[in-house]
Amino acid sequence: MRVMAQMGMVMNLDKCIGCHTCSVTCKQAWTNRAGTEYVWFNNVETRPGQGYPRRHEDQTTWKGGWELGKRGNLKLKAGGRVSKLFGIFASPVQPQLSDYYEPWTYDYQTLIEAPLGDDFPVARPKSLITGENTKITWSANWDDNLGGTSELGHLDPIVEKIRRESEDVVKFELERTFMFYLPRICEHCLNPSCMASCPSGAIYKRAEDGIVLVDQDRCRGWRQCITGCPYKKIYFNHKSGKAEKCTFCYPRVEVGLPTVCSETCVGRLRYIGLFLYDADRVTEAAATPDEGDLYEAQLGLMLDPDDPAVIAQARADGIPDDWMDAARRSPVYALAKRYRVALPLHPEYRTMPMVWYVPPLSPIVDVLAGQGHDAEDRATLFGAIEALRIPVEYLAELFTAGRTDIITDVLRKLAAMRSYMRGVTLGRDGDASIPESVGMTEEAVYEMYRLMAIAKYDDRYVIPTAHVERAHELEELGCSLDFDEGPGMYESGPFGEASGRPAPVAVETFNALKQRQTSEAAPAGSDLRGRVNLLNWDGNGVPSGMFPPGTARVSAASGAALGADEAEGEAPQPPQTRAEAKQSREDS
Amino acid sequence: MSTFLWGVLPYLTLATLIGGTIWRYRYDKFGWTTRSSQLYESRLLRIGSPLFHFGILVVLIGHIGGLVVPESWTEALGVSEGLYHFNALLFGGIAGVCTLVGILILVYRRRTTGPVFMATTKNDKLMYVVLVAAIVLGLWTTLVSVGAGSEAHNYRETVSPWFRSIFLFRPDVDAMAAAPLQFHVHAIVGMLLFALWPFSRLVHAFTAPLHYLFRPYIVYRSRDRDASGSRPARSGWSAVGTTDRDRSSR
Repeated sequence: MRVMAQMGMVMNLDKCIGCHTCSVTCKQAWTNRAGTEYVWFNNVETRPGQGYPRRHEDQTTWKGGWELGKRGNLKLKAGGRVSKLFGIFASPVQPQLSDYYEPWTYDYQTLIEAPLGDDFPVARPKSLITGENTKITWSANWDDNLGGTSELGHLDPIVEKIRRESEDVVKFELERTFMFYLPRICEHCLNPSCMASCPSGAIYKRAEDGIVLVDQDRCRGWRQCITGCPYKKIYFNHKSGKAEKCTFCYPRVEVGLPTVCSETCVGRLRYIGLFLYDADRVTEAAATPDEGDLYEAQLGLMLDPDDPAVIAQARADGIPDDWMDAARRSPVYALAKRYRVALPLHPEYRTMPMVWYVPPLSPIVDVLAGQGHDAEDRATLFGAIEALRIPVEYLAELFTAGRTDIITDVLRKLAAMRSYMRGVTLGRDGDASIPESVGMTEEAVYEMYRLMAIAKYDDRYVIPTAHVERAHELEELGCSLDFDEGPGMYESGPFGEASGRPAPVAVETFNALKQRQTSEAAPAGSDLRGRVNLLNWDGNGVPSGMFPPGTARVSAASGAALGADEAEGEAPQPPQTRAEAKQSREDS
Repeated sequence: MSTFLWGVLPYLTLATLIGGTIWRYRYDKFGWTTRSSQLYESRLLRIGSPLFHFGILVVLIGHIGGLVVPESWTEALGVSEGLYHFNALLFGGIAGVCTLVGILILVYRRRTTGPVFMATTKNDKLMYVVLVAAIVLGLWTTLVSVGAGSEAHNYRETVSPWFRSIFLFRPDVDAMAAAPLQFHVHAIVGMLLFALWPFSRLVHAFTAPLHYLFRPYIVYRSRDRDASGSRPARSGWSAVGTTDRDRSSR
């Protein structure tokens, strides 16, 4: 056994409203550059739909991921090392720009500069690739909210497969269809096929947190990773000629902040935390003969951070204690393994993806409510989960390689949680038979409810910071006194605060900034040398020098602010456990 | 003149090639890429690019065989000059034609496909001119040899000894000077191409990923050792005597 830590994410699809805020903020942060106009590290797809790039799930065409060889060994679906090298001069299966979309902008200048006339000036779309006038025919999100699905829905590879295999017709007529949203980022797999496909060895997995990155200095643009990734989450920057991918916002994660997509998620559906996994058994698990068993195999890799044997081995493998603590509090471990409600996306690709999804109950609930049923009644819901075969089969193709029984189990748990908690909310005692019917205890259902419904920021994102004592070899960090509140921090140059060497934008500076922004007062020792630079002031505390010394106003104002904070701190807290909740109910 | 062309120019070329490559590797790893345009256009590329690349690999092997292996060695193996020459012309000719057709398809594609042409730099254009010239001139030497039949000039008595002598630092200028004109022109354009090499997209050939055959599929790297944080700006001058204060030095 070799214990390694992996930063993982869970998305609760029931909560996704398809607002694309994650995609937009991610794009603003990471791919708002020439060469990456068409690139969305994070995108939200409407299902059923073709996805982005179009039909990327159709691996008979795109040859992404792994498959089993004749002897049961893992091999890349696109071919082994030798055949990859022979195909290097023109990658045989390579998505074209047309499979993504041709990015465009509008000729806004005409709106301003058009001469006075009878007609309104029009901003014509211009291709960002050629600069010519263009016709917009597709985008990263063309079939949003089932747009055009009555015409194009059959092109969804999963719909195609379900129709072929079960002769069931997936309905696209407005009254009979279903849909849900699927936000996708890089899966940061345990067994990444992009990495295995890279001839240069430029893609690597960080040993500390499992984040998969592309070394831009070693990437030579051979493009094999793009073929290799079955999720098509590696993109070719056509200006720099290098591969780029979702970075799991590693500069933020290193200092304990969630990724941009998670931070800005309106529905608060994302969870970030640690998994501990057994790195020695990854290949074995990925080579599980039956595709349907891959989910269990992947779950089997996840180690229990409370197990003494795991703890001892983790210590031997150099995982710090605060990381172990974070692993124990990890929301993603709880959802994936403890409650078993989060499922990996397309386990049949055999890459062991580490972004997990809680499948949506909403298509079923919506259909029931539409038919006039009480959609949260257990009997109705349980019956409907089995009866409405199409969503379950569709979800099974996404999350369990076709195993509908696993999906049904998860949906039943979610339905049970709804029914049980409705009883509690209506002031009744919880009906213990409901959790029992899905093999859970009342406590577990309540804990799961807390995590899925009302978890706060710090419960949803349990991110241990990267270790400063281990980061002393980082290029930027020269002087240890520059860290945090040390005297060397924000050393002024000869021409004022902003002069001199640029402050490095990395772990320690970031950490210090975060501390400044979240702490009560300005950090001690932030000697501004008699000057106040309001550009750098973040509203916290009163920097010395802002007001002339000796004014009573300053202390009074800050005292009032403190008092307000305290009052807020005494506000009644929501109940922490089921028993407490019961107690408080009885009290009132 | 001969002394300069065959005694000095080769060393200038070598110095540019080696020094330039080291410089580029040191300072422009980010720019070291194939700059593939397959994202824009794939149909023509999938015909032209393999044709050109496999062709030029065979041409490369032929050049190494003809220039590095002395005639006496092949004769010791029982390969007569006639047989060697016939093989060289046959395979070299086929590979050369493939290379030329391949690059013509690629140049046509580059010129006619809008996005690909937009992504073409001046550097690329210069490189294409020199590269096509070298290929055409090389084929010219082959054609002349074919035309001359058994009377053809035996470059393994002139060009090859000169080529080997360069690396022994005793350039055999006279041998090369005795070769016919077409070899002279081809060699000069070849040297120009090698001098351009480190500064063009051709550098990608130096990082042909042969190590892919031997490396493990899954690559783990430690964050600390590889310093994946952002980098400090490189100072424009060296910090003489101040290494203890230089925050960017590791």
